[in-house]
Amino acid sequence: MVYLTRKIEFSASHRYHNPAFSVGENKRIFGKCNNPHGHGHNYTLEVTIAGEPDPVTGMVLDLKQLKEILEREVMQRMDHRFLNYEVAELKDQIPTCENIARVIWKLLEPKITQGRLYKVRLYESPDLFAECYRDGAAG
Amino acid sequence: MSDELKMELGRRYRFAASHRLHSEKLSEEENCRIYGKCNNPYGHGHNYTVEVRVSGPVDPATGMIANLADLDAFVNREVVEAFDHKSFNEDMAEFREQVPTTENVCIEIFRRLKAFPKARLERVRVEETSNNAFEYAGNGIQDRRAIR
Repeated sequence: MVYLTRKIEFSASHRYHNPAFSVGENKRIFGKCNNPHGHGHNYTLEVTIAGEPDPVTGMVLDLKQLKEILEREVMQRMDHRFLNYEVAELKDQIPTCENIARVIWKLLEPKITQGRLYKVRLYESPDLFAECYRDGAAG
Repeated sequence: MSDELKMELGRRYRFAASHRLHSEKLSEEENCRIYGKCNNPYGHGHNYTVEVRVSGPVDPATGMIANLADLDAFVNREVVEAFDHKSFNEDMAEFREQVPTTENVCIEIFRRLKAFPKARLERVRVEETSNNAFEYAGNGIQDRRAIR
């Protein structure tokens, strides 16, 4: 098995706010992330695909293809967007690193037809990331 | 393999500390040969980076595995404040008997963070420099005794 990872970067803004919580609770739980007008990050996304290299091409999947999938599914959807308001998949969810990573997993998984999606790691900053993978496949 | 999607959160922290690699069980010559410059009597220091990984269900109300404020407060109290600007050999009881290699530092940090109440500790990674990194996921920690 070979694991290949492609990295992309996008910038977006978000705000943590749960309408079911009071103003005070939102402030206490989410702190500065609850600021009404949002704030932004430079996100780094690492997508890892697992598979056996094709005997003819020597590739698990064509990186050009993966690049196009990431461009279409992630960049066009999330880059320079306000995640709460402009990304339908995140509607009614708090756009934390965990939730964005899971949305990206769900968008990408059906599109990866050569090899399989093994891991999605999303950095919100160099010091904070969320990672998702199928339970049993080591992280 | 289960089909369930597993989620982890990774967070990085930093501290600076000094150590000396020296074992009472070894002769002066052996210490010098095995540890080289790291055996210099007065110790030396590093800027350490600690990457902490926790897992757990994402709370639908907050979108979080664990509130970062809770994780930060716990790691800062248990690790950063306890290790930052210390001499491991002189200032920390844990390293009186065992050599403060980054392997052992990594295990000690894991031991301290295992008690984090809001999520499951998966792994601790300690980078001693940008070229040396050590990871510990806690296999059999209860039975483990310091090797050195």
